[in-house]
Amino acid sequence: MAYELPKEMQEKLKEVVGHYPDPMSAILPGLHMVMEHRGWVDGEACDHVAEVINVPPIHVYEAMTFYTYFPRKPVGKYNLQFCHNIACHLRGAQDLIAYLDEKHGIREGEVTVDGLFSLTKVECLGACGNAPMMLVRDKYHEDLTVEKLDELIENWKKEAGNGHK
Amino acid sequence: MAPGTAAQRESGRTFRPENVDVVIRVCVGPGGIAAGAMDVIAAFEAEIERHGLHTAVEERPCSCGILKVGCKGLCARDVLVDIMQGDHIVTYQYVKPAMVPTIIEQHILGGEPVEKWRTDDDYDHFHRRQEKILLKQCGVVDPENIGTYFEVGGYKGAREALLQHTPEEVIDIVTRSQLRGRGGAGFPAGVKWAATRRARGNLKYLICNADEGDPGAFMDRALLEGSPHSVIEGMVIAGYAIGAVQGYIYVRAEYPLAVKRLRHAFAEAYEHGLLGKNIFGSGADFDLEIRLGAGAFVCGEATALISSCEDRIGTPRVKPPRTAASGLWGRPTNINNVETFANVPIIIRRGAEWYRSIGTEASPGTKLFSLVGKVKNTGLIEVPMGMTLREIVEEIGGGVPDGKTLKAVQTGGPSGGCIPLELMDTPVDFEHLQALGSIMGSGGMVVMDEDSCMVDVARYFLEFCRDESCGQCTPCRDGTRVMVRLLEDICAGRGTPEHLERLEALGKAMEAGSLCGLGESAPNPVLSTLRYFRDEYEAHIYEKRCPAKVCKELITFCIDEEKCTGCVVCKRACPHEAISGEKKQLHVIDQDACVRCGICLDVCRFDAVYKE
Repeated sequence: MAYELPKEMQEKLKEVVGHYPDPMSAILPGLHMVMEHRGWVDGEACDHVAEVINVPPIHVYEAMTFYTYFPRKPVGKYNLQFCHNIACHLRGAQDLIAYLDEKHGIREGEVTVDGLFSLTKVECLGACGNAPMMLVRDKYHEDLTVEKLDELIENWKKEAGNGHK
Repeated sequence: MAPGTAAQRESGRTFRPENVDVVIRVCVGPGGIAAGAMDVIAAFEAEIERHGLHTAVEERPCSCGILKVGCKGLCARDVLVDIMQGDHIVTYQYVKPAMVPTIIEQHILGGEPVEKWRTDDDYDHFHRRQEKILLKQCGVVDPENIGTYFEVGGYKGAREALLQHTPEEVIDIVTRSQLRGRGGAGFPAGVKWAATRRARGNLKYLICNADEGDPGAFMDRALLEGSPHSVIEGMVIAGYAIGAVQGYIYVRAEYPLAVKRLRHAFAEAYEHGLLGKNIFGSGADFDLEIRLGAGAFVCGEATALISSCEDRIGTPRVKPPRTAASGLWGRPTNINNVETFANVPIIIRRGAEWYRSIGTEASPGTKLFSLVGKVKNTGLIEVPMGMTLREIVEEIGGGVPDGKTLKAVQTGGPSGGCIPLELMDTPVDFEHLQALGSIMGSGGMVVMDEDSCMVDVARYFLEFCRDESCGQCTPCRDGTRVMVRLLEDICAGRGTPEHLERLEALGKAMEAGSLCGLGESAPNPVLSTLRYFRDEYEAHIYEKRCPAKVCKELITFCIDEEKCTGCVVCKRACPHEAISGEKKQLHVIDQDACVRCGICLDVCRFDAVYKE
């Protein structure tokens, strides 16, 4: 079945359209709802958003591909949004990103076989005082080191093993 | 109901500081939370419960209350906790839950502060030279409790503006204060407001640009997370002044906590009648809504931001018309940055003359900076305009750590430039930084030491601009690509003298020909490093040498025979199995297998690994 937002989110999105003089203004809120619901966006989701807010689907595709915030394929349960911007760069973010690949097989654009981890390189998230850092499930993890990464990943594996959502 | 009345304050909080003997202030700013502030708070709550300290008893009058506050500045020392008994404040740093029972028993119950955990001289130095006007609130206000904002005079500025002044008078006060846009360009806020007020049309919009994206900058995030009401209050005043009834805060979706706290603050403001219809009974209406960005740096540019709100993609457009004449949905629109709005309530309350007494003549007031990179005290600071870079880096920042030498300070993010050590006595204001080929920008200040390669830094910023270019105009889209390629060549030892000529020519063409500020300023990091650090470029080109030993193609990792103890730590850590050697024997790096990731250097405890 083609992707759809849950009914109540669809209703909410229709209401958002009414806030603006132009339904096009509801494209980004629509894509954000898909992110909130599923965590990634694809063509089907775009078609669905276009239908709900009644705009040509091409405009929704355009938005999806313009912004970096919308992953276009599924991400892991723990999507590591790793900052590789200047302050993190100066404090060795690229080495840690390489380490995640080498030691844990977590690399950009892929989901680990167990479905737990994926990695997205992101621009500055404004936590430069405690660089290097990453954002995972809406939580900032700062002052990262090789040891800290090992510990976090172990903990997440345990958490997932214990059936936490 | 008017803000600040007793009834309102009561409803807004669970305890009142004057009713308890000890207030425990815990930093829940960005750095605090990441360092575990929530666990620390839970530990304090458990201990207060265990000792029954919610209420004072006669023989032991020391009831405690916990106050969650925004950014306290020195993020590097988080979690920071203040123990306040009356005017007496003791601050602890690096607080962990395990330390809490001792703090309660020895300090709060026993009256003896735990000396070894207190903040040290660095903490005092960090604060001594600062002048906190905006951040003052951040460290004392609970960002999720409007009552604590009322207690520091919150919404008094809005009340005064809406009830005692006409919109024109408000604009006049802001104009006379000479408040300049804190987003980077430094355009006088009052002039912008007046233009939007004068513009034809009944429907006008107000936008707060919270699409903070400058690398190394987090002032806006700290304000939104630490004192969201100060931004909302500034917008209420601005909305009244320009005649807008609808405002938007365009904030990055990647700032989940800022979004959460803003939403909470909106709800509180509506509940108290500070947003919505007929605010303070003045007849003025103002509604606010959040627009979420989606990870496009270019949307920080005013016209791109508007286009991102209007329909789908954030592409800038040609100016004029200015947004004051034709902005959001073709209506007159005023856009200011987060920090600009946060200044407004204080200016209304304390007056334009007072404001002008701070900072310099042409750039009054204070400026927030995020001090990051190779500096001892990283964090968020607020200083009067005109303080020198040296004072900021050496006195507040505590200088460069690990005995290294300061090389440059990068200001203004990808639109800014690198200022060398020789020019550290430059006062920081809009004019002076621009004269040096950098800009004030939104306030990111990245300190670099001898280990930073300026060619690598320039390449880094150009890559950022290449990735973030919207692709609409050729000079920016293609110019950034070609510049990155030229810089990559130089970093890889393939540079020729023509590379430098082409970089300069291309940079000038981009400055002249790009459609918006992103493309116009993208060459700045290259042009400013070429101006001050040409010798480093030349070392890469003529000697195939990276003086800072950063560029991987131009360095090799080696093991010092004298220092190596054969502990096998590096051998085990090497992801490419490029290190050989038995236990207690000298280890050797196979240069063909080595990818120069530097992990061996990080893990060696005997300083035996070095770069050449």
